[in-house]
Amino acid sequence: MNPVNYLYLAALLFTIGAAGVVIRRNAIVLFMCVELMLNACNLAFVTFSRLHGNLDGQIIAFFTMVVAAAEVVVGLAIIVTVFRSRHSASVDDASLMKL
Amino acid sequence: MENLIGLLVAAPLLGAALLLCGGRRLDGKGHYIGTALAAASFVIGAVLFADMLGRGEHDRALHSKVFSWIPVGGFRADVAFQLDQLSMTFVLLITGVGTLIHIYSIGYMEHDERRRRFFGYLNLFLAAMLLLVLADNYLLLYVGWEGVGLASYLLIGFWQHKPSAATAAKKAFIVNRVGDVGLSIAIMLMFTTFGTFTFAPVLTDVDNASEGKLTAIGLMLLLAACGKSAQVPLQSWLGDAMEGPTPVSALIHAATMVTAGVYLITRSGAIFESAPDAQTAVVTVGAVTLLFGAIVGCAKDDIKKALAGSTMSQIGYMILAAGLGPIGYVFAIMHLVTHGFFKAGLFLGAGSVMHGMNDEVDMRKYGGLRKYMPVTFVTFGLGYLAIIGFPGLSGFWSKDKIIEAAFAKGGTEGWILGGAALLGAAITAYYMTRVMLLTFFGEKRWVPDEAGNEPHPHESPSSMTIPMIVLAVGSVFAGGLFSLNDSFLKWLEPVTGHSHGDSPLSAATVTAGTMVVLVIGVALAWAQYGRRPVPRTAPRGSLLTRAARRDLLQDDFNHVALVKPGQYLTRGLVYVDHKLVDGVVNGTAAGVGGLSGRLRKLQNGYARTYAVSMFGGAAVLIAATLLMRAV
Amino acid sequence: MSFPLLTATAVVPALGAVATAAVPAAQRAAAKWVALGFSLVTLALAAIVLVRFDPGGARFQLTESHAWIKDFGVRYELGVDGIAVALLALTAVLIPFIILAGWHDADPLEGARPNRRWRPTQGFFALILMVEAMVVISFEATDVFLFYIFFEAMLIPMYFLIGGFGDRAGGRSEEETATQRSYAAVKFLLYNLAGGLIMLAAVVGLYAVTADQLGTGTFSLQEIVQARANGHLNMASSTERLLFLGFFFAFAVKAPLWPLHTWLPNAMGESTAPVAVLITAVVDKVGTFAMLRFCLQLFPEASKWATPAIMILALISIIYGALLAIGQRDIKRLIAYASISHFGFIILGIFAMTTQGQGGATLYMVNHGVSTAALMLVAGFLITRRGSRLIEDYGGVQKVAPVLAGTFLIGGLATLSLPGLAPFISEFLVLVGTFSRYPVFGVIATVGIVLAALYVLILYQRTMTGPVKAEVRSMPDLRVRELVVVAPLIALLIFLGVYPKPLANIVNPAVDHTLSVVDKKDPRPEHPVTDAGWFSYSPKSEGASHDGASGGAK
Repeated sequence: MNPVNYLYLAALLFTIGAAGVVIRRNAIVLFMCVELMLNACNLAFVTFSRLHGNLDGQIIAFFTMVVAAAEVVVGLAIIVTVFRSRHSASVDDASLMKL
Repeated sequence: MENLIGLLVAAPLLGAALLLCGGRRLDGKGHYIGTALAAASFVIGAVLFADMLGRGEHDRALHSKVFSWIPVGGFRADVAFQLDQLSMTFVLLITGVGTLIHIYSIGYMEHDERRRRFFGYLNLFLAAMLLLVLADNYLLLYVGWEGVGLASYLLIGFWQHKPSAATAAKKAFIVNRVGDVGLSIAIMLMFTTFGTFTFAPVLTDVDNASEGKLTAIGLMLLLAACGKSAQVPLQSWLGDAMEGPTPVSALIHAATMVTAGVYLITRSGAIFESAPDAQTAVVTVGAVTLLFGAIVGCAKDDIKKALAGSTMSQIGYMILAAGLGPIGYVFAIMHLVTHGFFKAGLFLGAGSVMHGMNDEVDMRKYGGLRKYMPVTFVTFGLGYLAIIGFPGLSGFWSKDKIIEAAFAKGGTEGWILGGAALLGAAITAYYMTRVMLLTFFGEKRWVPDEAGNEPHPHESPSSMTIPMIVLAVGSVFAGGLFSLNDSFLKWLEPVTGHSHGDSPLSAATVTAGTMVVLVIGVALAWAQYGRRPVPRTAPRGSLLTRAARRDLLQDDFNHVALVKPGQYLTRGLVYVDHKLVDGVVNGTAAGVGGLSGRLRKLQNGYARTYAVSMFGGAAVLIAATLLMRAV
Repeated sequence: MSFPLLTATAVVPALGAVATAAVPAAQRAAAKWVALGFSLVTLALAAIVLVRFDPGGARFQLTESHAWIKDFGVRYELGVDGIAVALLALTAVLIPFIILAGWHDADPLEGARPNRRWRPTQGFFALILMVEAMVVISFEATDVFLFYIFFEAMLIPMYFLIGGFGDRAGGRSEEETATQRSYAAVKFLLYNLAGGLIMLAAVVGLYAVTADQLGTGTFSLQEIVQARANGHLNMASSTERLLFLGFFFAFAVKAPLWPLHTWLPNAMGESTAPVAVLITAVVDKVGTFAMLRFCLQLFPEASKWATPAIMILALISIIYGALLAIGQRDIKRLIAYASISHFGFIILGIFAMTTQGQGGATLYMVNHGVSTAALMLVAGFLITRRGSRLIEDYGGVQKVAPVLAGTFLIGGLATLSLPGLAPFISEFLVLVGTFSRYPVFGVIATVGIVLAALYVLILYQRTMTGPVKAEVRSMPDLRVRELVVVAPLIALLIFLGVYPKPLANIVNPAVDHTLSVVDKKDPRPEHPVTDAGWFSYSPKSEGASHDGASGGAK
């Protein structure tokens, strides 16, 4: 099978993730969309690794997974804290970036 | 001897410094200090004069360099004095008349609480005027030139609480400044042409320069002279300057400062001789002013303003003579000196009359004063006879010579100038007789003022009458003395040069002509003011009379042509600066502010919108990269 | 290593600023004395500089040079030539008078009871000293980058002086005054910052050019001038022009030149009189000074290229400033516009490129500083008494306060360049210098002297003469402190007007040098007089009178 198809899939997944980040309000869903984007990237990396015939892409993919895992831990902790204080997981309620 | 020249200037300058900085302590004796230092200057002048007489006529000039003043590159100006016969004449006139007027002022200003300051200003004037005539270069002369302008400003506006005096002072200074622009430009032209502006080198090397340059220098010097000597078209300040105390009018606006223009032109004679066009301009200005001033003098009811018109006219004679070249220089200066005597005397007489009449200046409210003020009457009368050119008195000798010289100019020009000078003599006789008749003859016309104070005309104290007597003596004899053996001519000739010219008329014819017009002028005045009683309020008069009362509309002209447009211009510019220049800048600032206000709306605090912009940006970047690839 | 005298002249006022600011709040009166003391020490140091400076000596003297930022070729390089010495002396002389004149300007309001931490008094005097330190180092710096830093940094204390210590005598509501004041301060800052940023770009550009052509980039004025003279450095004319414009723009804002002038009337009008003097007599001089030192010497070709345009702008400044001064109703704004007119003269003289023009312009900077200080400070005393800046609120002051009126008149006469007072000499030199190269410009500029007479005399007439107004009646005359401020300034005006030779001798060699860098010579007179003797029979007196004591003629 043509490896380029995997790249198309990665692009599709990334777009879905990005659209989710922009459109959805629930912090958990948003979070999952971010994960989706990360995984789309991983897929692209692995594909490139295959295409180029070296291991660089696969190594990067591992790094991404580690970072994503760490991010999940921190991110979930934040979401839980926000939910406790505001009784809502909607990101719009927590728009404190602008005074 | 050279070192004494500096002292001439230093003495009155010291007086000015003492009196102006001395504070109230000197109030009681300030006037004596001022007078003493003026007299000291006169004594030094006399010593130098005696010394000068002791030397041969070509060795008389003295030069003394005090210090190097402005050395910048090729531009070198020194504080250096030059005392030759021409300067000497002025020194004696200035310090002599100046001292007399100091003495007179002791009495005249007796009741003024600011008398000390008055004497300080007078001393300042003397110092500046002496600097003017003693300078050996044009730049130092310029210092004196503006210095006398300052003194004149301070003295005209001495009674500053009167708005009219303050306005007159400002006007005098500003009109003079216009003339000063001429002098500045003349000096700059000299510097670019000759590389120096010291009298001796410039005037000896005049021939090297092109006539165009010299004409330009000459015209600029003429502009300067017009300003200082109240000649048309810069004459308008002199009438208003009569707001100053009368001794000031006598010293500054009759005898000395206003004649500085004549000095300048005579001193720069070499330049004018090589620039005939400039000379024509000078004689034209002189001839026009001598008629202009005389006509104005005929219509004024204010005694001082009538005399101011007369001064303008007499200086017109001098400028005319100075513009004639070597045939006229000596007579210009001679008339200047005799005029210094009789006009100062006339002004002091006018001051004495006003002193006795509660400061009334309207001649229509005088009348018959000869009974009340005999000394004033006699001295004023002698001055009157001198100015109209009564045979044997000072004015006769000097004015007659000028008229002769004007005819001697030759050609049509000579006839026109001579004719104008003769006509001027007739009008002079007319207006001076008018002044005389209105003031001292006829019935008394004064009445109590609104407050019920009736003037009690009385003779002035001796401190005032003695200077008047001295000046009257000068008015009678000076001209004769100068003409005896042509002594004045011989005295000045080494400096100014002299030539006779060839008059189409003989001297006797001219003298006879002068006598005829003199009699006509006097007779006309007598017919109008002597034979029948004078109304207390001026009749409406003819169109010319009314115009002459308004100084031949000079102020109206200036107002319409200069003052009004100037006011509109400044107001317009203030508006433009505020709205336009500033507006452009403020507008830019407001524009930036508005734009940033719009942009701020994009920052709504939702992380999503930021993410959108990031995605958008990334998409644009990728698209751009792809597009570049494709191209 | 010898004692770093030049550094000391800048460090002393800087230390003074710190010391003044550190005075405890309760002892605010002592802060004034501390500030005055430090300014006097600076004056003494400046006097030593003046004495140690040898007019006939090297181009830059008392030099100090240390590496500062090696990687960018920035050096801490100080040195003074005649022009810098003159301006350094002016600054050092004026600051004590400014402090003395502003003695009560930062006191707590009458009746107000400041709390224990109230310390604007200390701040006011500390800021003045801070400005002095920065101005002094700007005059001394021969490294472009060093100069730039202090040229910009002085905006900060000036901003606070204008915005924080406004004129209390506006005759307006407190709120209105505050609005106007902050408007003026911000306007001042923005204008100068805009100029400064453009200059920064040009400074960086200069580094790039030198790095490109000389191998190592440098900001040193002397090195660049040297390299230019040796032919090592050849800027493309378009590059040179752009860099010149970048520098000139900043200096023209500071100077200020029409049409970049509008910040000055606001800033001078809203600040207190001593601060207004600080702006126009001291800080603005850095602009015209920098034109002479940096624009002309770094970019001689571009300077010549831009001369006609700059001359025309300067002429417009002269006439425009004077006309606007005539139209003003506010005393301080009037003086501000008069200053714009005078800065036009200075710039005209600089770009006339003649010894008279530039020598005159340098003297003009000094003389204008002194004359404006005299006029403005007396105006300040007047305004404080009556509590109004509007001309129409005065009348007849000379009757009740003759000394005040007299000093005001002398300040005014100096402003209109009366001969005998210092500004006359500089103005005349500028006019002659301009006239000898550009006669038409010279004649037009001469008209400015009539306009100057108009605005000064109208101001004097309306405020000082005429009937005494009721509000003016109880006005006290000058007090001793005020007299101590004004009298020396007037004495200086007279001294420099009568005997400017010492100053001219210091300035002349520096001007000659500048002109040689620009490669311009004075136009020769058309028919130079061969024998300059007074009288043909006494040629001996001649040699003595034209001895060339100044060494200026070459």
